[in-house]
Amino acid sequence: MTEVRQLFFEESFENLDMMESSLLDLEIGAVDKELINTIFRAAHSIKGGAGIFKFEHVINFAHTVETLLDELRNDQHIVTQHLIDLLLRGVDTLRALLKALQTGQEYKTDAVLACQQEFTALLITPLTPAAEHAHPHAPSEETPPPVTELLPVAWHIRFKPYPRLLQTGNDPINLFRALDALGELQICADSSQLPELADLDFQNCYLSWDLLLIGAVDKAAITEIFEWVEGDCDLELIPLDKDSLAETRATMNKAIEANLAKQLQAVKKPEVSELPAPPETPPRLSAIPIVNEVQEKPAHNEHLSSHINEASSIRVGIDKIDALINIVGELVITQSMLDQVGEDFSVARLEQLRSGLAQLERNTRELQESVMRIRMLPISYSFNRFPRLVHDLSTQLGKKVEIKLSGEQTELDKTVLEKMSDPLVHLVRNALDHGIELPEQRRAAGKPETGLLKLHAFHQGGNIMIQISDDGAGFNLERIHQKAVEKGLLHPEENPSTEQLYEFIFHPGFSTAQQVSDLSGRGVGMDVVRRNIRDLGGTIEIKSEIGKGSRFSIRLPLTLAILDGQLVRVGNRIYILSLLSIIESLRIQPSLLSVLAGKAEVYRVRDEYIPILRLYALFNIIPSTTQLEQGILVIVEGEGQKIGLFVDELLSQQQIVIKSLETNYKQIHGISGATILGDGSVALILDVAGLIRQFYSSNRVHTFSELSVGAMT
Amino acid sequence: MNNEETKVANKYLTFVLATEEYAVDILRVQEIKGWNKPTPIPNTPEYLCGVINLRGTIVPIIDLRLRFGLERLPYGQMTVIVVVRVNSGNKERIMGIVVDAVSDVYDINEAEVKPTPEFGSVINIEFVKGLANVSEKMIIILEIDALLNSDELAILEQTVH
Repeated sequence: MTEVRQLFFEESFENLDMMESSLLDLEIGAVDKELINTIFRAAHSIKGGAGIFKFEHVINFAHTVETLLDELRNDQHIVTQHLIDLLLRGVDTLRALLKALQTGQEYKTDAVLACQQEFTALLITPLTPAAEHAHPHAPSEETPPPVTELLPVAWHIRFKPYPRLLQTGNDPINLFRALDALGELQICADSSQLPELADLDFQNCYLSWDLLLIGAVDKAAITEIFEWVEGDCDLELIPLDKDSLAETRATMNKAIEANLAKQLQAVKKPEVSELPAPPETPPRLSAIPIVNEVQEKPAHNEHLSSHINEASSIRVGIDKIDALINIVGELVITQSMLDQVGEDFSVARLEQLRSGLAQLERNTRELQESVMRIRMLPISYSFNRFPRLVHDLSTQLGKKVEIKLSGEQTELDKTVLEKMSDPLVHLVRNALDHGIELPEQRRAAGKPETGLLKLHAFHQGGNIMIQISDDGAGFNLERIHQKAVEKGLLHPEENPSTEQLYEFIFHPGFSTAQQVSDLSGRGVGMDVVRRNIRDLGGTIEIKSEIGKGSRFSIRLPLTLAILDGQLVRVGNRIYILSLLSIIESLRIQPSLLSVLAGKAEVYRVRDEYIPILRLYALFNIIPSTTQLEQGILVIVEGEGQKIGLFVDELLSQQQIVIKSLETNYKQIHGISGATILGDGSVALILDVAGLIRQFYSSNRVHTFSELSVGAMT
Repeated sequence: MNNEETKVANKYLTFVLATEEYAVDILRVQEIKGWNKPTPIPNTPEYLCGVINLRGTIVPIIDLRLRFGLERLPYGQMTVIVVVRVNSGNKERIMGIVVDAVSDVYDINEAEVKPTPEFGSVINIEFVKGLANVSEKMIIILEIDALLNSDELAILEQTVH
């Protein structure tokens, strides 16, 4: 049940996303039937799903929204901005409501009702209560027409399943639960066919039941419940009137008592009491009203669902799975071929072995790529929220903006996608707030009133590129220059290059905005954007022309699970550095080395002084050499700081698969993970940023950067 | 799976460390394997030998002798690693423990497990679930979750950067 719940939530969120994007596509004044139908269907599915779980607020709310949409569909309304905004707010409310239900949190009923009130106010036809309430199994459209014929007061149901019933995956208890929802249910089990325990085949059903369903229930409703077991049981439905009801009830009560007495006797025999209960519904249950069972269940589910929520799921296209199966098939063929070669191996078959191994290598690589592709999602998952964001923001700012998305089908790793979400939102906000000008200003500048914001994604080499461009004001380099001088980041006489000036944009606390708005301009953000991108192993670039617009280009690796690594040796240990973090590697020339304060070593590389971190000392291992000139200095960069790692030797470069240390151990400072080398041994991957932090905190040398600046001037 | 209330005997795997015999719930034992040289992790206590590759997952190896402050035995062909599943908060971790030798599998009735006296072993009392007598031998039943979540092995992630 929890899984079904989870599925419902996932589908509902997808439906809400669809509603949202369709709403944004709606044009004011016109009624696009197709679009409205799409929105209507989405709302209807949510309502239907919520009915199963009895989420009253969701049902009511969705029903109200649906009614409004229905009126819209029937040309009773015209599409106005107000209407779209209201529907969008409706989507938000539903989303918040579902989110709260999913996580088991409290939600604000007032807010939901207030929003619902607004909807109701717009409605032309009076609202009929959501039809599903009483019949969670039948969506409103299929609700049977009102029954005019006289219904019996009760039903006597003889349910005699064949032994194979359980094997088809049906559990009678579920049927009884469904029946119980229709009316008062009395159950009497007939356990006379139950064999001795020794002869009992737990896969068979030996029980049969007499059920008494009290209530005016339509026959169709009952047969619907038994639909799934049709053919696996003998089913008899006898309508009862008042007299026959009393009679049947009396016989059933007697049967139950007899049953109980028999069992009591059985329980008295001590050797029986230790035996596990038969896997079917124990006959004892028959006397207990089944309602108890049903009431306990949801509470239990609630508890479970909070755990389930943590594990997120992913939807994978069937083509990807097919490709995977194909490759695995080929792998099996290769394996059997190699097997054959190995069976009676002679030198003559060496060539065959070689080609087999080559094939194996290709299969393995393909398999790896295919598996990686499973984690890949189209960037549209992230892009699709922007039309809404732009819609809301442009209204708020009084600007006219059109958003254009392209390359939404470009795929990238799920983790990368999730981590890129916030930076992208930030960049889009910035573009709207600072980039695109107000309509009057744009007209004055000879540009169309409506600004254009473009989001574009594409593959380039092994990377993915995301470009965010606007045709707004562009960056004012002079202002950046001025601001940098004001902040003391730049000497007034210095004449930095354009790239260097753009660099200041990413400086914490740097903003050229004249006014701080609640959207952006406080100077926090761009540094965070860049840090997030860097954490993912990516880069960000700015291109801008004043008066014409600006463009941010983000370059990201396709996946986080594999990286290009440089193997380095310290003593007898092998560590791995990400190639992306390495700036250069060099042999140390003693003349360029200086020792500060008798302790801290720095090395001059061109105009820079780079602190040296002796890896062996930090890790307490015995190196091949402690003489700097005999080893290698690998200059790495992490979080904007450079440091020289002193290692014994550089080994090979190779692609490595990142394995987590946290799964079975824990996070370790200075180590970002581990990988398995060709010989099956484990090598640790160094976390450059972590190492630098560790180095500074252990040495308490805060003055390095100042010293290097001092040495430069 | 806490079978504390049931009276059914549980199976325990016992192993020898120095002179004493220790037991772990056999349901927690994933496998027993020979010595593979682990990759040491810098700046960790001596008893953490390092990590090994166990069919693609990285598994930490703990030398129980060193964990209990006993003297080190050289590792070699005869060294045995018992791979166990440890409950750490809300997740399960797989860890390997280095022991002198694996001894036997015993049925020990829950009722036969006696509380630990204040003194009696080299190891901290909180890591001991109880003592049991099996054919005149005293066996120390380890509280594996407490032991392998203590000190350095605690899952605590330092969030301060």
